[in-house]
Amino acid sequence: MPTTYAVLSEGLEKRFGAVPALRGLDLAIARGTVCGLLGPNGAGKTTAVRLLTTLLRPDAGSARIAGRDLVREAAAVRTLIAVTGQYASVDGDLTGRENLRLFARLHRVRGPAARAGELLERFGLTECADRRAATYSGGMRRRLDLAASLVRRPEVLFLDEPTTGLDPAGRGYVRQAVRDLTADGTTVLLTTQYLEEADQLADDIALMDRGRIAHTGSPAELKALIGWYAEAVVAHPDALGTAAAVLDRLTGREPALHRERAAAGVLTTDPTLTLPRLVRELDAAGVPLLDASLRPPTLDDVFLRLTGTASTPRTETDPTEEQAA
Amino acid sequence: MSTLAYDTIALTGRQLRRVRNSPGLALLTQMMPVNMLLFFGYVFGSALALPGREYRAFLVPGLLVSTAAGGLMTGMFQAAADTHRGVTDRFRTLPVSRAAVPLAQAAADLVVTALGMVPLLLVGLAVGWRIEGSVPEAMGAVGLLLLFRFACTCAGIHLGLLTRSEDAAGQLGASSFVLPLLSDAYIPTGNLPGWLRTIAEWNPISAVTTALRDLFGNAPVPRGAAWPVAHPVAGALVWSLALIAVFLPPAVRRHGRGV
Repeated sequence: MPTTYAVLSEGLEKRFGAVPALRGLDLAIARGTVCGLLGPNGAGKTTAVRLLTTLLRPDAGSARIAGRDLVREAAAVRTLIAVTGQYASVDGDLTGRENLRLFARLHRVRGPAARAGELLERFGLTECADRRAATYSGGMRRRLDLAASLVRRPEVLFLDEPTTGLDPAGRGYVRQAVRDLTADGTTVLLTTQYLEEADQLADDIALMDRGRIAHTGSPAELKALIGWYAEAVVAHPDALGTAAAVLDRLTGREPALHRERAAAGVLTTDPTLTLPRLVRELDAAGVPLLDASLRPPTLDDVFLRLTGTASTPRTETDPTEEQAA
Repeated sequence: MSTLAYDTIALTGRQLRRVRNSPGLALLTQMMPVNMLLFFGYVFGSALALPGREYRAFLVPGLLVSTAAGGLMTGMFQAAADTHRGVTDRFRTLPVSRAAVPLAQAAADLVVTALGMVPLLLVGLAVGWRIEGSVPEAMGAVGLLLLFRFACTCAGIHLGLLTRSEDAAGQLGASSFVLPLLSDAYIPTGNLPGWLRTIAEWNPISAVTTALRDLFGNAPVPRGAAWPVAHPVAGALVWSLALIAVFLPPAVRRHGRGV
């Protein structure tokens, strides 16, 4: 049913020379939802978006965007989508206002100047409206980019790392815009390296790996897929080895060590591993236990487990974690 | 209004605004031929068989056409830069005619070039160049000049989309400086050795320059030259239309396909 899914692709393939970038992309995104497309570098996210936005032609497979065939009705698809970020940018040699007026004109919006003024106001860009976009800060440019995508309400919006590098106010504008859009029935395909962002914005997550969708589901479903994160915090780092050995015995997996927090943690899907049992086993082994927990995994854990790669260079998390893992 | 015309006009406006927002580059580009007129006109002019004032009158059409040939470089650079910055990709995701983006680039370039040639003409008048033919002929000369610029820009856009590299465009631009040197833009080809004369006379710049000199009444059509120079107006038209026919369709296709 064309109206149920805003994006529906079957077996999309694309190769560049001998290199397969997409090896059969099957994606179904329900209308009015936010889908986060996640995956390590080289998984094919960019190629997927470039195909779905008519920037590239698929070698095989088919897709419908808001019910229109991606290849045969490409011109119609273009009237229904909007694209931002690394896939398409604004013109740095034009002012913010000139950019918005131009895009409004190309979209045949009535009263392009008025629409430009409205969007500038809504995204807090009125003060810099008549400066060249090249002089904007990263956050201002990102907001202008999003505003340019909204000169006319799109059926499907392709958003690329929308809040990266934004201050809290900027993130607020973007999140509010996404919520307003989905409330009006727009579907959003979000690509990001920041799992926290996907966790907060996305209804569903499609995890890409080596040119295919590896897993789909809500953030909670994906987390359930890999189980729980069991962690023990000990009184002094010397006891970490013993704690790790207990965790290893209980879960059959080698735990990751976080020496600076004196913690050892591991993912488990074993339903018999309850918190009291975890505490009892650690205590019985003589571990000087300060804290023990069983918590849902972060999307980072999911990502790591399901694709076997780290999502980003982990600047924000602790560097020893990767060595240990 | 047709979609193509509407989109082309909107995008031509965009290109012209870009020039207005940062006019420095356009100004620098216009300085070049004026400097060359003064430099060549007085330095070379005193060493050539043509008397000084006569050489400068001979030189002005040559510089106009060299400037027009610079469309190759400008077109290439702009097309490569737009591709590089993802602006072109944004247009390609919009419901915009596929041909509108390259056409608008060439159209805006024509406006900028036409305005940019005014200083060269004024300095030319000051150092002795005159329109010595009729007004319709002079208008024909300007028409041919702009048609040739359009053709060179089309070729440049195609090459720019092909290479997608501003660096490559810069390098090729620097070497395209020799193209007018291998023509009759700065010197009469009559005294060149036979093989070199053949190359120079089959250079499109020669046909267009000779046509301008003929229509402005600055110099007679040389005798015994190759066909495009011996029939300069027809030669200039054929060269320009051929360049457009060869480069514009693939530029539009390449833009549509996204390289």
